[in-house]
Amino acid sequence: MKVPETKKLWIGIIVMILLSPIGLLLPELFKAGGAWGEWGPDEIEKISGYVPEGLRRLSEFWKSPFPDYTVRGWEEGFRGYASYIFTGIIGVLLVVLIAYALGKILTKNRAQTLNGKNGNT
Amino acid sequence: MHIPDGYLGPVTYGSLWLAMSLIWFYASRKIKQTLKASEVPLLALAASFSFVIMMFNVPIPAGTTGHATGAVLIAVLIGPWPAVMAVSVALMIQALMFGDGGITAMGANCFNIAFAETLSGYAVYRVIAKGRDASLKRQLFGAGAGAYIGINIAAFLTAFELGIQTALHTGPDGRPLYSPFPLSLTIPVIMTEHLVLFGLVEAAVTVLVLSYINKSHPELIKEMR
Repeated sequence: MKVPETKKLWIGIIVMILLSPIGLLLPELFKAGGAWGEWGPDEIEKISGYVPEGLRRLSEFWKSPFPDYTVRGWEEGFRGYASYIFTGIIGVLLVVLIAYALGKILTKNRAQTLNGKNGNT
Repeated sequence: MHIPDGYLGPVTYGSLWLAMSLIWFYASRKIKQTLKASEVPLLALAASFSFVIMMFNVPIPAGTTGHATGAVLIAVLIGPWPAVMAVSVALMIQALMFGDGGITAMGANCFNIAFAETLSGYAVYRVIAKGRDASLKRQLFGAGAGAYIGINIAAFLTAFELGIQTALHTGPDGRPLYSPFPLSLTIPVIMTEHLVLFGLVEAAVTVLVLSYINKSHPELIKEMR
């Protein structure tokens, strides 16, 4: 297929990143907590009265650099929203980089054969 | 629906990592056969859309939150196997960088959301909107219905995987080692949330974005697979 100009859609992604704090504001407004079943060990203890042994052990398997889309020290209020946009930008850049690289690798041979068939493309 | 580390025991997370590895291998082969080099930017665009749409948490008042994933929308636009890869990349970055979903649980999360949701939703879309001559309305309805059913299948798998941990692993004291919530709790809670709200959010996002793309890039809609 003829691949269209996607500039407009990329602008859409940027606009979505800038609007992403809505995803924090709405739950605050409606007094909703996090997603069900995605609690950390502390919250599990509050709910169940104890932390299952394996859960405690495995929950420390990985320390992400920006837990819950926050920059350290920028968790609350306005700073939380700024963190959300900032980590959104980092996330999108990494996702684009990896998906693009993956796509390039997977279509490498194909591109060569296609170019060989019609050299003017 | 992003299962964190610690909720699934090794039997579950191990087998789903294995299953997902085979699926990624198969998806790579399918992409090699079908994706054109000129479509690579669309793959990246799709992966970034999935990442960003998952940042838009939708609240259940005084309850929990959830969000759309874009999985079926992406499958309809760029094909099911590229969609499996695109959503997997988004889930991987969420887990590695932001602690949204676990690393041990990444196989499970990719299996539920990137694979099962995408493929089941896409199958529904194809049944409803099969044939190149299906009207736009029918295609939109098919995609919306697929999105609703797809996310609910992912929700069911998540609830099932969480709920079987109490039966699979208990410590010497008889207490659960991993997710302590039984099926009789995980299934009703997670399914109600998704059947009542998050499924509709997923369907709405899918139909709205497709309608927008129909106006801005009708050539993409003509190529819907």
